[in-house]
Amino acid sequence: MPSSLLTTTRSITRRRLLQAAIVGVAGTTVLLLAFMVSDGLASLGLPGGGLAAYLVLVGRALGAITGLELFSFRFVWYSLATGALIGIVGPVVGIFIVHREMALIGETLAHTAFAGVAGGLLIGSATGWSAPLLASALVAAVIGALAVEWLAEHAAAYGDVPIAIMLTGSFALGTIIISWGGGFSGLNIEAFLFGNISFVPVDGAWLMVVVSAVVLAAVGSRYKQLLYVTFDEQAARVARLNVSGYNRLLIVLTAMVVVGSMQVLGVILVAAMLVVPTAAASQVATSFREAMALAVLVGETSVISGLLIGYAYGIPAGGTIVLIAIAWYVLAVVLADHEISLSARSAS
Amino acid sequence: MSAVAAARNVTFRYGDTVAIEDVSLEVEAGEFLGLIGPNGSGKTTLLHLLLGLKEPDSGSIELFGEPVADFEDGGRIGYVAQQATQQGSTMPVTVEEVVEMGRYPHRGASRLTDEDREIVRDAMARVDVDDLRNRRINALSGGQRQRAYIARALASKADLLALDEPTVGVDAESRDRFYGLLDELNDDGIAIILIEHDIGVVTDRAERIACVNRELYHHGDTESFVESDALERAYGATGTVVHHHH
Repeated sequence: MPSSLLTTTRSITRRRLLQAAIVGVAGTTVLLLAFMVSDGLASLGLPGGGLAAYLVLVGRALGAITGLELFSFRFVWYSLATGALIGIVGPVVGIFIVHREMALIGETLAHTAFAGVAGGLLIGSATGWSAPLLASALVAAVIGALAVEWLAEHAAAYGDVPIAIMLTGSFALGTIIISWGGGFSGLNIEAFLFGNISFVPVDGAWLMVVVSAVVLAAVGSRYKQLLYVTFDEQAARVARLNVSGYNRLLIVLTAMVVVGSMQVLGVILVAAMLVVPTAAASQVATSFREAMALAVLVGETSVISGLLIGYAYGIPAGGTIVLIAIAWYVLAVVLADHEISLSARSAS
Repeated sequence: MSAVAAARNVTFRYGDTVAIEDVSLEVEAGEFLGLIGPNGSGKTTLLHLLLGLKEPDSGSIELFGEPVADFEDGGRIGYVAQQATQQGSTMPVTVEEVVEMGRYPHRGASRLTDEDREIVRDAMARVDVDDLRNRRINALSGGQRQRAYIARALASKADLLALDEPTVGVDAESRDRFYGLLDELNDDGIAIILIEHDIGVVTDRAERIACVNRELYHHGDTESFVESDALERAYGATGTVVHHHH
């Protein structure tokens, strides 16, 4: 077969495979969200709860056959739905963050969110008003995001120094607040630090739905501008795009994704879902659009399989998810290297 | 003719260091201006001031007759930054995606239209990168990348093309081809501001020269520059212009 025809055939096959995978991801996510909506309606005593009950029944039947009972638990469906959304919005935001060379910003904002959780607990214990911890984490992460952006602008360039200062500073603040509050009895700090499949509360899952809707609407409507600013900031400024505004938007979206993802991945590992899928996809993608689609696929398969494996074997889901994503990355590096070798051989 | 860019008595400092002092110059529509000066002379700073990337400490800048702060029609300017060949060096962006960026200032949040895509195709064909449109930009040679950036400016229908040492790291043959392309675009009426360290290239191509070293040593037609002592005064040494003949 002539090489140009071979290339075209490979390109079409690749595109079709990618389209099929994206349809699979979308279908899985829609099913999981449908469970949440149905279960929500049932808990409010409204009609429409049949689907959730049916899916739990199917889960029980599967458990009876396979011995794997996880689909018979409502919390697993909520965790999977949250995970599915993390697998989408993490890479969708992460692809811009990574290519702006701000890979560590996710880690920083997660630590800021941790300080927010500690702050929320302190306010709760001092006033008796129990603020939702994820809400206080979100507020802290957004404030932290804007502070990093302010520091970066006033330091004249993005660098790792403001990021490192914010990362260590907010974690230091969080640990001092927790120590000051006498460890806040009843708080599962490990769940915040390392994530937990059983840690996703119903309101946490719904927070992730809202976060995902905001993130996807923002990136969908400002994709072109974010791409231009990421690729060539100076030319984007000359083209009169509001570069500072888009930088702020990106970093605030990152803060939102981080807080939503913290429930499953934990503070320590949350940055992985922003960075690793993009790093893997960028190795083999032929365009930015394809890189985004591939990153979502890597993110989605890592989160869903990591949650299931974590549950089945009783190991931390966050760590499992990250290791699966890194396995994808290694595979992508090998594939890219193989592709380069093939190109070099056909050129010589 | 009207000025596409104008600086009036512009001064700019980095802290206590004066980078540009009391510089006034105009770039007319359709003009090819070569901006030269020794290393660290403030050429890039002056270009950034003209494009609104920096704000002057005193003096004023106008773009297309408007104060630079009020100028919003970014599609009228194409810009290729210094070291642009290093841009997005690991980013999986295709040539077509880069050239499409030229249409972004015209579209806001809306999707690109069929007309936009046709303009993008025409721009790629014009600079001969249409065969490379699905290639990643970081897989191209320096010369091919520069042509892709020019295509981006063409896609935006720019009236002014600003280039900051665009051929650094580009081989000689590609460089000649690139400058041939600039001549053609200038013949079509696009104003060009070119920063280039090779004075011979500039004096061969540009119809007017601005020679800076903090202050403006010369601003006028190329012939009068070659005959003047501006080069010696700006560079602080005697030298002659070497013309390229290919």
